[in-house]
Amino acid sequence: MSKPNEMTIADARDALRAGEITSVELTEACLKAIDEAEVLNAVVHKTPDLALEQARAADERIRAGEAPALCGIPLGIKDLFCTRGVNSQAASFILDGFRPEYESTVTQNLFDAGAVMLGKLNMDEFAMGSSNETSHYGPAVNPWKVDGRKLTPGGSSGGSAAAVAADLCLGATGTDTGGSIRQPAAFTGIVGIKPTYGRCSRWGIIAFASSLDQAGPMTKTVRDAAIMLSAMSGHDPKDSTSADIPVPDFEAMLSGDIRGRKIGIPKEYRMEGMPAEIEALWAKGADMLRDAGAEIVDISLPHTKYALPAYYVIAPAEASSNLARYDGVRYGHRARLAEGEGIAEMYEKTRAEGFGAEVKRRVMIGTYVLSAGFYDAYYNRARKVRALIKKDFEDVFAEGVDAILTPATPSAAFGLGEMADADPVQMYLNDVFTVTVNLAGLPGISVPAGLDAQGLPLGLQLIGRPWEEGDLLNVAQALEAAAGFVSRPEKWW
Amino acid sequence: MSIDKDTAAHVARLARIRVEEEDLPALASEFNRILGFIEQLNEVDVEGVEPMVSVTPMRLKRRPDVVTDGNMQEKILSNAPDAREGFFAVPKVVE
Repeated sequence: MSKPNEMTIADARDALRAGEITSVELTEACLKAIDEAEVLNAVVHKTPDLALEQARAADERIRAGEAPALCGIPLGIKDLFCTRGVNSQAASFILDGFRPEYESTVTQNLFDAGAVMLGKLNMDEFAMGSSNETSHYGPAVNPWKVDGRKLTPGGSSGGSAAAVAADLCLGATGTDTGGSIRQPAAFTGIVGIKPTYGRCSRWGIIAFASSLDQAGPMTKTVRDAAIMLSAMSGHDPKDSTSADIPVPDFEAMLSGDIRGRKIGIPKEYRMEGMPAEIEALWAKGADMLRDAGAEIVDISLPHTKYALPAYYVIAPAEASSNLARYDGVRYGHRARLAEGEGIAEMYEKTRAEGFGAEVKRRVMIGTYVLSAGFYDAYYNRARKVRALIKKDFEDVFAEGVDAILTPATPSAAFGLGEMADADPVQMYLNDVFTVTVNLAGLPGISVPAGLDAQGLPLGLQLIGRPWEEGDLLNVAQALEAAAGFVSRPEKWW
Repeated sequence: MSIDKDTAAHVARLARIRVEEEDLPALASEFNRILGFIEQLNEVDVEGVEPMVSVTPMRLKRRPDVVTDGNMQEKILSNAPDAREGFFAVPKVVE
């Protein structure tokens, strides 16, 4: 019998309902695992008292015979989500000590479904990064290890990925602006889905790039992702981009039958210099889906190459605008002023001290591309290219393609510090396979599919039609079953 | 397009981020590297393409133009670095 903190959400739910375990027992097991895993730096604000209070309340509800999907399930919450009375800092010094007076809609939805919050999870500062190394708290560490090197769990949802892979929680929330759920999921051998833009409310999630940001679950299995996504989703009048459409029971849509599904393999994702292992895994993934009864077709998404440069105009532009609110007046850090310094110095010093290097870089790039004289050349051009990228997907879906299979990342997890001297663009390439999905607003899921020669996990990505997460999860589950990925990191911490 | 030290200083000022004089050349060179990457977009034929406004086309919801919340001064000020007498306090703005 596995330890309670090692259970999947689905198994824990069934055990809770059957009275074989209590939420308090599950929660205590996770809290203990968290205390033993300090070295992973995954949990940055622990909330044990709140967790046990929520667990006791969940046990009451279960005893009363009223047990919604996530009742009593202990989760970790990315630091980007505002949680009432609990530090919510987007891993930034500029939000030092910020404790919201309100609850984000997604976490409220999870709590309404009975979930237990264990604490807040590490991430890249303001979700800007691919290795968790831009965090003010210091990097989270991947529970997978080779040759004694400490590896990145990916980013920006690196703490979420590390926490789930190390069994510190049963599942975690992440957010994904360019790949921030799917890349860390792939680096840690777990499942992560970014739903269609508008599926989850963005209200109360600290904004990075509002037209791209989406929340989603990071879990041990596809089934767990389906359960958690149903609970997180739903229309919210407080987010004008939240879709007012019904949320299906995604778990009920996991039929396991993908016969006749048409899966596209986009030729433009065969990047120059792609490691042979990744290419081989991708081909193997296609074979597995074919064996499960799907039809594999070659497709073309001609503007793929331009997704990353378009993203690095649009995301910084939106970030420069969203992050203008951090001025040292209403919340967070304010710089100490010298005699005679006024409000302009207060803004400039506060932001210089409060933001890390990558955040400053992106805010300034965004400021530049939006400035007079460059708006058309950069920002408007990028939005036009974005329209073409979206049309690429619409065209293949119109030809009857149900889902698209690609690698999730161009490599396995790399060592912490190994990219320190690389230029920023090198780090941006981590998102090369994932960023198109955000630009087009589509759902995308990363599924662990194998190990590389070093013994590190690799993921495959499936991209679905808008609003058809249920169908996408079903294909993902078929891939998960065929890949049979059961490897776990050996506990060294 | 190449960014020099003065342009970097101007952008930093627009973004309200203090950058020390000696750090400007490195910043300018980073900008140039990133903008060089972005300039690939010039290869794309965007003639007649409308810039994307919303990724999931939808009509924004409307509601009556009425006050729907308020009376939470204490909550709003609770995280302020400096709040006095019910207001956010900042350095003197007007002489």
